[in-house]
Amino acid sequence: MIDLTLTQLADGLAQGDFTSRELTDAYLARIAEHDAQINSFITVTEDSARQAAEAADARRAAGQASLLTGIPLAHKDIFCTQGVRTSCGSKMLDNFVAPYSATVVEKLDQEGMVSLGKTNMDEFAMGSSNESSFYGPVRNPWDAQAVPGGSSGGSAAAIAARLTPAATGTDTGGSIRQPASFCGITGLKPTYGRVSRWGMIAYASSLDQGGPMARTAEDCALLLSAMAGFDPKDSTSIQRGVPDYRSALDSPLSGLTIGLPKEYFGDGLDASVADVLQAAIRELEALGVTFKDVSLPNTRLAIPSYYVIAPAEASSNLSRFDGVRFGHRCENPQDLEDLYKRSRGEGFGAEVKRRIMIGTYALSEGFYDAYYRKAQQIRRLLTQDFLAAFNEVDLLLGPVAPTTAFNLGSKNNDPVQMYLEDIYTLGINLAGLPGMSVPAGFAAGRPVGMQLIGPHFEEARLLNVAHQYQRVTDHHQQAPAL
Amino acid sequence: MALNQDDVAKVAHLARLAIDSSNTQAYADDLTSILALVDQMQTVDTQQVDPMSHPLDATQRLRPDEVTEADQRNLLQQGAPAVEQGLFLVPKVIE
Repeated sequence: MIDLTLTQLADGLAQGDFTSRELTDAYLARIAEHDAQINSFITVTEDSARQAAEAADARRAAGQASLLTGIPLAHKDIFCTQGVRTSCGSKMLDNFVAPYSATVVEKLDQEGMVSLGKTNMDEFAMGSSNESSFYGPVRNPWDAQAVPGGSSGGSAAAIAARLTPAATGTDTGGSIRQPASFCGITGLKPTYGRVSRWGMIAYASSLDQGGPMARTAEDCALLLSAMAGFDPKDSTSIQRGVPDYRSALDSPLSGLTIGLPKEYFGDGLDASVADVLQAAIRELEALGVTFKDVSLPNTRLAIPSYYVIAPAEASSNLSRFDGVRFGHRCENPQDLEDLYKRSRGEGFGAEVKRRIMIGTYALSEGFYDAYYRKAQQIRRLLTQDFLAAFNEVDLLLGPVAPTTAFNLGSKNNDPVQMYLEDIYTLGINLAGLPGMSVPAGFAAGRPVGMQLIGPHFEEARLLNVAHQYQRVTDHHQQAPAL
Repeated sequence: MALNQDDVAKVAHLARLAIDSSNTQAYADDLTSILALVDQMQTVDTQQVDPMSHPLDATQRLRPDEVTEADQRNLLQQGAPAVEQGLFLVPKVIE
C-alpha cells in the first residue's frame, strides 16, 4: 500500500481493496519504524488518526465518501490544528496547543482525510535546510548526510520516505519547491491568495502561501482542488472560482511555448543540475513543447529585495510572541520589559533572532526609504520582468536550486551562503506567481527538481505539464532505500 | 553599512530581544554581512518605480463592522502562561 500514489490509494479505498484504518495503521507502523532516523515528524497523532480513519470508513460505508476520504496526510507544523500542539518548529511554541484549526486543515478534514501528525520544519519557516528547527534537523531519506531542504523539510522527507502519501507545506521564498527538489517529490506553490492563510502561522504575510506536496502532479491536483478557494477570514484571499485541476491534466502539450530564463542557467548553476534539466527539456520537446530563450534581467536583485521584505514583515508578525498571551514565558521576570525580552530571547533561535533584527533595523527611523521602500520598488521591477516574459511564452522552466541537497552542517554557520541558495525561487514569491518542483532525475544519487513557473492563477497549466512529463518519465516513482 | 556591538544592542532593544552579551559580536558580523548583501539594491535607480506591497496590487478587502465571532475567552486563554479571573497576568507596571 505504501508505494501507491494518493490517486491510486483513492481508487483502492473506493474499490474496497483496503480500509482507511488498514492504510492508516500501515503508515503509522512505518513512521514508528523509520522516523527515529529521519526526524520528519514533530508530533505523531496516532490515536486521533485511527479515530479519523474509522470515521472515514464509516462515511464510505454510508455512501458519503469524497475522493480524498480516508487518505492519510501530514500537516506542516505551521498550520494550527485544534487540540494538537502547533510548534512552528520553535521552542517559543513548544507548549502551544492550537485552540482552532487553519482553514486548510478544516477543508481537508471535511474531505475526510486522516492527519497522521505534524511535520518538522525550520523554525518559523525561516531556513533552507531544516537545520533551524528546535526539534533537530531532518535527514534526507536519499542520503542521511544531506539536508532535506527547507523550510517544509519534514513534509518533503516524510513523503519521499513513504511515511505519508501527501503533506501540506508553505512557501515564502521556496519552502515547498526547494525541499521537494531535494527529496525527489512533487510540490506546488500556488498563486498568492489562492489558498487561505488563516490559521497558518505568519512569517512574511505578503509572500506566505500554503500548497500541496505529494509524489505526483496528479496527487497535487487533487489536493489543491480541496485546499484552494476564497476564505473571508483571510483578508488577502482572492475571490475567484477554483477550477477542477484534475480535469486539465490530460490536455496535450503541443502548441505550448515554455521560456528558459537565461539568468537561471548561467554561472552558479551546478553543471550536473544543468545536465538533468537539459534532458527534461528534450523530453518535453518530444511531447510537443517549443522552448524559447527569455530574460529576467533583475533576477540578481531578488535575494536583496526578499531579505529586506521578508525579515521586515517577520519582525512585525513575530512581535505577537510576547510571553503574555501564549507561548514561552521566562522565569521570574523583573518587570514587563524583562518579561518581553527574556521570553523572546529564550524562545527564539539564532536565525529567527537574526531576521527579526534585520527587519527591525530596516524599518527603524531613518532607514525606511533606503531599505523597505527600495525593496518594494525592486519587487515591482522583478514582477514586471515576469509579466513581460509571459507576453512571449506560456510558462517558464528552470532549476529550483543551484545544487542538489547539500550536506548537513555545510552552510548553517554562514547565513549569507544559505540565502544564496534561494536565487531561483524568491522572485516567484515576490511576484506572487505559482511555481512547482517536479522530479527530473538524479545527480550523484541525490534528486534534482525542475521548476515550472506560470502566470498568476495558471496552476492548472503547471499541473498539466508536470503530469504529461510524469507519464513519460519515472523519476517521481523512485524510492530511497531506508 | 557595518554594525558594531552598540548597534546590535540598540536593535535588540527595539525588537525586545535579550541577546547574550557573549554573542553580540557574532550577531554584529552576521547582520553586517546580510546588510552588505542587501545593499546591492542601491545600485539600481528606482526613482520612477512605484513600490509594490501586494503581488497582485490588490487592496485590502473590508467587511461590515458587525460582530461575527462568539466570545471564546476561556478557550483562547487556556494556552496563556498566567491568567486570573479572565485577565492576563504580567509583572506590576504601575507602582
